[in-house]
Amino acid sequence: MKFFINIGHNALNTLRGIGAASIMLFQALVGKPQPRKMFPLLIRQLYVVGVQSMLIILISGLFIGMVLGLQGYTILVDFGAEQALGPMVALSLLRELGPVVTALLFAGRAGSALTAEIGLMRATEQLSSLEMMAVDPLRRVVAPRFWAGFISMPLLALMFSAIGIYGGFLVGVEWLGVDDGAFWSVMQASVEWKNDIFNGVIKSLVFAIVVTWIALYKGYTAAPTSPGISAATTQTVVYSSLAVLGLDFILTAVMFG
Amino acid sequence: MEMRKIELLVGVFISVAIAALIFLALQVANQSSAMRGETYTLYAKFDNIGGLKVRSPVKVGGVVVGRVASIELDSEYFEPVVEMRISKSFAKFPETSTASILTSGLLGEQYVGLEPGFMDDDVFVLEDGDSIYNTNSAMVLENLIGQFLFSQGDD
Repeated sequence: MKFFINIGHNALNTLRGIGAASIMLFQALVGKPQPRKMFPLLIRQLYVVGVQSMLIILISGLFIGMVLGLQGYTILVDFGAEQALGPMVALSLLRELGPVVTALLFAGRAGSALTAEIGLMRATEQLSSLEMMAVDPLRRVVAPRFWAGFISMPLLALMFSAIGIYGGFLVGVEWLGVDDGAFWSVMQASVEWKNDIFNGVIKSLVFAIVVTWIALYKGYTAAPTSPGISAATTQTVVYSSLAVLGLDFILTAVMFG
Repeated sequence: MEMRKIELLVGVFISVAIAALIFLALQVANQSSAMRGETYTLYAKFDNIGGLKVRSPVKVGGVVVGRVASIELDSEYFEPVVEMRISKSFAKFPETSTASILTSGLLGEQYVGLEPGFMDDDVFVLEDGDSIYNTNSAMVLENLIGQFLFSQGDD
């Protein structure tokens, strides 16, 4: 009996959370557009969320590409197929690693910061004072951060893939001596614009929505205490990483299955 | 930080992303993914197409002149019919041309190899919608092994 009560309790709580998060996002995004007010806020958030995440994305992309080049080479050279290094590096980055690793890094770098920032705004009653001034905090605080995440994640994923392919090129061609022309031409023969690059961008758009949404909701509903904010930040990283990895499997099955 | 500097950095961020997209589009993906420009259609019937797929290349002497557009089964004789889109810049193949299904490398992908035939006064030129009658089917490894074993048995 207790067991079923527990299941029901947890299920209802989860549903309540999803419902509250949907209402929050709906109220933040739907409404009369105010481009003159929103644009400077959006630019500032793009700086915080996008520009400041660029360095970690570029460096990890470069190293992941280099590792792919190294590992791929040692296996492919046994079969005399080291020309296939180009498509291996490019396809694994464009289809999987680019969107997924970007989303995981983004959750750690930008998502946790969003949660902590909004949680602290709640704890120090900045959100309440905005309401007192008849400014809707959802429109003023949550919406620009959501759009900034939505815009910057696909851009970051593209950078990640591009510099990762360059890293694979550095290791494969410059260091291990795969033929330069074969590396690019075999890659070009097997990478398709719509199938690989565009689907990767769609993936990272989905991840952007999920990660930013979780981060904003966790921050907005964080308990206004120090342990509350710390728990909310942890939950943001854990939940968005799990959601990204789970969704990635579903999206891969739909797109490339 | 003042607003102008932030705007500058966001501008740089977006430009770098667009540069990455252009790099991926031009350097990594195949530009001629769809045969751009005018094409015309040729048909060829084979006994067996092996591993030929839609979008496999059609080559003349190793040069890609078109792609396989569709593969269907003839409803009367149950033979595969391959529809090929050939670029208009490679027109005027004689009707004596041969289409074979070949394999690039030992284990590579399969493609349609067009071999232009002889040209004579009473030989027509292949035009849009025509069929190629001289065809060689794909080499199927199991059949080859079977033939080999059969010929061994004769001795």
